[in-house]
Amino acid sequence: MTLQQFMNEAISPWMRKEGPDSDIVLSSRIRLARNFVQVPFPIVANEEDELRIYDFMRERYEHVSFQDYEDFNFLSIGELSGVEKRVLVEKHLVSPHLIEKDQASAVLISKNEQVSIMINEEDHIRIQLYFPGFQLNQALEKAFELDDWLEENVDYAFDATRGYLTSCPTNVGTGMRASVMMHLPALVLTQQINRMIPAINQLGLVVRGIYGEGSEALGNVFQISNQITLGKTEEDIVADLESVVHQLIEHERRARERLLEQSGTRLEDRIYRAYGVLEHSRIIESKEAARCISDVRLGIDLDIIKHVQQHILNELMILIQPGFLQQYAKKSLTANERDVFRATLIRERIQLDK
Amino acid sequence: MKCQECQKRPATLHLKHVINGQKREHHVCEVCAKEKGYVSSPDEGYSLHHLLTGLFNFDSVPIESQGQGSNHLQSSRDLQCDKCGLTFSQFKRSGKFGCAQCYETFSSRLDPILRRVHSGNTKHHGKIPKRRGGHLHMKKQLASYKAELKALIEQEAFEEAAVLRDKIKQVEQGIRDQEAGDDA
Repeated sequence: MTLQQFMNEAISPWMRKEGPDSDIVLSSRIRLARNFVQVPFPIVANEEDELRIYDFMRERYEHVSFQDYEDFNFLSIGELSGVEKRVLVEKHLVSPHLIEKDQASAVLISKNEQVSIMINEEDHIRIQLYFPGFQLNQALEKAFELDDWLEENVDYAFDATRGYLTSCPTNVGTGMRASVMMHLPALVLTQQINRMIPAINQLGLVVRGIYGEGSEALGNVFQISNQITLGKTEEDIVADLESVVHQLIEHERRARERLLEQSGTRLEDRIYRAYGVLEHSRIIESKEAARCISDVRLGIDLDIIKHVQQHILNELMILIQPGFLQQYAKKSLTANERDVFRATLIRERIQLDK
Repeated sequence: MKCQECQKRPATLHLKHVINGQKREHHVCEVCAKEKGYVSSPDEGYSLHHLLTGLFNFDSVPIESQGQGSNHLQSSRDLQCDKCGLTFSQFKRSGKFGCAQCYETFSSRLDPILRRVHSGNTKHHGKIPKRRGGHLHMKKQLASYKAELKALIEQEAFEEAAVLRDKIKQVEQGIRDQEAGDDA
C-alpha cells in the first residue's frame, strides 16, 4: 500500500476539513455518557447483561445512518487484533479503557468517523462527536440531536435531581465532557502556559496532553475540557470552556506575533532545523518527532514554510504512534525498529507535499 | 546494593515503611518493585480518577448526621444496593456505582461527595430526556416562565405578564394531568 492510500484510510475524513481557528484549535469534541435504566452498569454487570446492551445496539444501529453520519460500522473489540485496537485508540475513536476488555465491548463508528458510540465502556453507551477546528456549539447541537435519536429506542437512566446517571459520580448530571485540542507552541516557548494552566484549573476546567489523562503535552498539543458535569447546563459548560479557549487563542496569536517580531531569525532557524530533521533523519523517537512536527506546523501557520499543508500536524501526530506504525509496517516492531520506521514514514510524508 | 527480591539487578528503589512506629526498609529494583507490588505499575498511572477515589474515601460522617447515634450505627452496617448488590464500602473503594438504583440507595451519603467533585453542586440543571422526561420538560418550562413573569412584573409590563400568567396556568394544568395519568 502506498503512503497516500494508507493515510487516506488512517486519517479520519472529518480531519481533512478545515474548521474555524484551525491554525490553533485542531478539533472540538462532545462526549455524552448514557446508561440503560434497567441494566446494571458494566462495572458490575454479568456477561448476560452486557450482551443485552451489545446485541441491542448491534441489531438497532449497525449500518444505520443518522443525518450526515452514515452507515455506522459495528466493531466488536474481541474480534480485533492488538494493533487494530491500538489504532482505534490512537485515532481517539475509542478510549484505552474500552479495549482492555474483550467481553461484549464494541464501538459504532460513522463512515466519516465524526461519530463514535462506545458500548459497554464504563457506561453502557458513550456518544462521541468530533468537529474540525473550534466548533463546540455545533458539536453540542449535533450531539443533542444524536442523543435524542438514540433515546427514541432506549430508556435512559435519568433522575430529575441528579440528571443522567453514570457509573462514576464525576460524570453524573449532564454526562457531558466537552473538549478542544489546541496547538499552543508559542505559549509553551514563552513559558506563559505554565502560569495559565493553574488559572484554567481554577475555573473548573482540566488541561491535559494530547493522548488524554496523565499524558504530557507532546507536540505542544493540549486538551482542555470541563471537569464539572453537575449543576450547570450543557450550554453554560460549553460557554465557559469557549471563553477560555478564546482567550487562549488570543494569547497564543499574540505570543506568536511577539516571537516573530523579537526573535524572528531564531524562530525561523528553529523551524527550518525541525523541518530538516523531519526531512532527513533516519531514526526518530516519538518525542523528538512531535516537537519537530509542532515547530514545522508553527512555521506553516506563520507563513515561514509555504509548501507544506497545514493539516500535516494533525496527520503526523496520529501516524507516528506505535499502533499506526505497526499497521503500516504490517508487522509488530520493537521500539528501536519503530524509531527507524517512524523516520521513514515522516520522510515519505514530507515528500508528498513537494 | 543488590535488589533484595531478585538478588540480581541493582536496587534502585529504597522504600521506608513506618508501621506502628516500627521502621522497615526495602531495597528493590524497578522490575521487582512492580512485580511484587511495592509500587503501582506506571501504566496504571495516577489518574484523576485515583485522586477522586481518594476524595470519596473520607471517614468523617457527613455533618448533617453527626451526633445522631442511629446514623452511626447505620454507617457501620454498610448500606447495600438491593438491585446490584454493591455496598457503600465497595463504592468508596472503586469510586463507581453499580447501577442507576445505587443513586437512590446511597442518596443520604451522596451530597458531600457530589459537592466535592462538582464544586458544591448536587442538582442537575441541563438536558432532560425528550421522550421519558415529558413532565420534567413542562416543569422546566414552568420555572423559566415564572422567572420571566417576575421580570415582567418588575418592569411593570402588566399586559405581557397577564398573557404569560395564562400560559403558566396551562402548563400547570398539563403537569397535573400528566401526573394523574402516571398514577393511574
